[in-house]
Amino acid sequence: MDKFTVFTPQLLPQEELFASGHRACVGCGEALAVRLVCKALGRDVVIVNATGCMEIVSSQIPRTSWKVPWIHTLFENTASVASGAEAGLKILRKKDRYSGGKVTVVAMAGDGGTSDIGLQALSGAMERGHNLLYVCYDNEAYMNTGVQRSSSTPLGASTTTSPAGEKSVGQFSWKKNMPAIAVAHNISYVATASPSYPFDLMDKVRKGVEATGTSYIHILSVCPTGWRCGSDMAVTLGRLAVETGVFPLYEVEDGKYKLSLDFPRLRPVRDYLKHQGRFRHLTDVIIDKIQDRVTDEYLKLRRKASED
Amino acid sequence: MMSQRVGIEISLAVAEVAKLADVDVVAAYPITPQTHIVERLAELVANGELSAEYIPVESEHSAMSACLGSSAVGARTFTATAGQGLELMHEVVDVAPSLRLPIVMAVANRALSGPLSVWCDHSDAMGVRDCGWVQMFAENGQAAFDLSLCAFRIAEDPSVLLPTMVHLDGFSLSHVIEPISMLEKDELEGFIPPYEHPFPLRPDKPVTMGAFAPPVIYTETRKAQEVALRSSKKVILQAWKEFGHRFGRYYSPVEGYKSKEATTLLLTMGSFGETATVAIDRMRDNGESVGLINLRLWRPFPFDEIRQAVRNADIVIVFDRCLSSGGPGGPVCSEIRSALYGEKKQPQVVSFIGGLGGRDVTPDDFVNVIRRGIEIAEKGSDEEYEMIGVRE
Ligand SMILES: Cc1ncc(C[n+]2csc(CCOP(=O)(O)OP(=O)(O)O)c2C)c(N)n1
Ligand code: SF4
Ligand SMILES: [Mg+2]
Repeated sequence: MDKFTVFTPQLLPQEELFASGHRACVGCGEALAVRLVCKALGRDVVIVNATGCMEIVSSQIPRTSWKVPWIHTLFENTASVASGAEAGLKILRKKDRYSGGKVTVVAMAGDGGTSDIGLQALSGAMERGHNLLYVCYDNEAYMNTGVQRSSSTPLGASTTTSPAGEKSVGQFSWKKNMPAIAVAHNISYVATASPSYPFDLMDKVRKGVEATGTSYIHILSVCPTGWRCGSDMAVTLGRLAVETGVFPLYEVEDGKYKLSLDFPRLRPVRDYLKHQGRFRHLTDVIIDKIQDRVTDEYLKLRRKASED
Repeated sequence: MMSQRVGIEISLAVAEVAKLADVDVVAAYPITPQTHIVERLAELVANGELSAEYIPVESEHSAMSACLGSSAVGARTFTATAGQGLELMHEVVDVAPSLRLPIVMAVANRALSGPLSVWCDHSDAMGVRDCGWVQMFAENGQAAFDLSLCAFRIAEDPSVLLPTMVHLDGFSLSHVIEPISMLEKDELEGFIPPYEHPFPLRPDKPVTMGAFAPPVIYTETRKAQEVALRSSKKVILQAWKEFGHRFGRYYSPVEGYKSKEATTLLLTMGSFGETATVAIDRMRDNGESVGLINLRLWRPFPFDEIRQAVRNADIVIVFDRCLSSGGPGGPVCSEIRSALYGEKKQPQVVSFIGGLGGRDVTPDDFVNVIRRGIEIAEKGSDEEYEMIGVRE
């Protein structure tokens, strides 16, 4: 599957399947990501959503922002509910009890619902190879419950359960590499994406839909509320995350890594960190440590991408 | 035309029901003593006898979650579990009725850890007592088979659309070979209509399922669920009645054995009902006025039937296989007491606990329980309940 650009401004579907009027915070990057994902998916989907910001802002009896079939059950079981939906549709089709067109089952969860509490369910779904797309909206903390750390929170970020203080740098551990965990399951398509690069994101969603078996897309979703940045910063920060190498955009097709965007020289991570209140307390020593790690990881990724 | 009685392990008979119902999806995780049910289903799918998707999930939490997904897209869905498995899926068990998904689940009852015990009691069932499912207890293999069949029809009835649990005691039912009158597919014709969820997840008619409820609406959603569960009783009774007419075996929410004019009644739930009949016979031969009540329908609780069943009795001795720790004793007894409280003529209700973690309770034990129960009723006791057979 070669990379081909499906989406251009002219081809962008006008229709909004994730309706406006939801209650996300002003400038929410996660809501923007959901909107783009839905545009790329179109109508022939069943969406299974985890508990978290996107579920809470989009559904409240008797209202909904979802113009496509959508189900929310719990926080940690999204991949399993999606597994059941996929299996159900498959057998109904086999038994001639469902005759509609192709339906893609799409699971959606936050970083907490994916890399922490939902990891086992996701691992199970990937291992069994259900034909579904799993999208993780990574805003790097449990935002819905008030900005607590997750295993996807980057080192140094101050959250309500990893607060910076006299004896604390904030988050004490490095961000869990969720895409690598997905890759380790030998699924056919894994990608990272950012709503700051909308066409790239939408192309990847289409590829995820077309891929056989489980595919996984990890979307960095700027959360102005939790990151303590301006509500006009989501797109800029998303770009800076990519340009600094903090969140590189890449795809892994059948185990083969490919950088979606490569930079001969990365911008310093400081450019990214400095706009965010969650990193305000960081000393130069810590920032240098983060810089080294980011550079290192980026080079590793580039090496992987250049392997045949 | 009636099918032959065949000697079959009860777990396999339950699996056979899922096959007869032509289930679409089975999602399950193995746990003793449920294993034989799901192993058999995996086998039926593997050898093509059952056209279904068998999802070998990685946990019970995922088992019930996958059931939600498959039922929500309109697939007939079955699972089975026991003990710790039911505990692990607890969170998800609550969601199924709120989404009105008619999943059918067999529970091979098992004691809860700790200490670890794979053997039977009803602690697992009591943990999900208030989850909003239709729930019934089988007393023997035939009932396990018949009630499981009826469960699909009840759950999927358009006026019910609630998940349904059939409890069968671990080992003492699940692993026992019994002569069971199995039904054939053609005999069943029309008894379980095809499953049509009124609003499944489909692109041609998008629905939102599982939206959250703010305080202004949460109460109303729970009330609606409660109304549905209580009204399911009509459908349950109708299903059992038609089952009886067609297949000759009749079921009711409460079953009496030599109970009509008895002054003292023993009340059990599950397979102990069978053992207790031996005790009742023996005491009857002795001229004692005792009878047995077996509680079959657990949710919705059959208040009227219970009141009717004990109306001539002076003493009701309730034997629970579960302890409500630090509370009034047995959970079944609590229900019986509240069903009778406020009645004009109230029998004395005495609570006994036994058979925990697979401990055998013999007919002799039941005789002793009844005698001791009568004594407590007459002389009173400082304790809320008595636990039998405890070795000091
Ligand atoms: C079993 C369980 N534990 C905890 C919670 C509370 N909870 C709801 S959403 C959430 C955090 C969600 O974080 P994430 O998945 O990152 O999504 P976000 O809100 O950040 O988009 C938590 C902890 C829950 N609903 N269920
Ligand atoms: S808390 Fe963050 S992720 Fe949640 S709605 Fe607000 S901006 Fe979006
Ligand atoms: Mg998050």
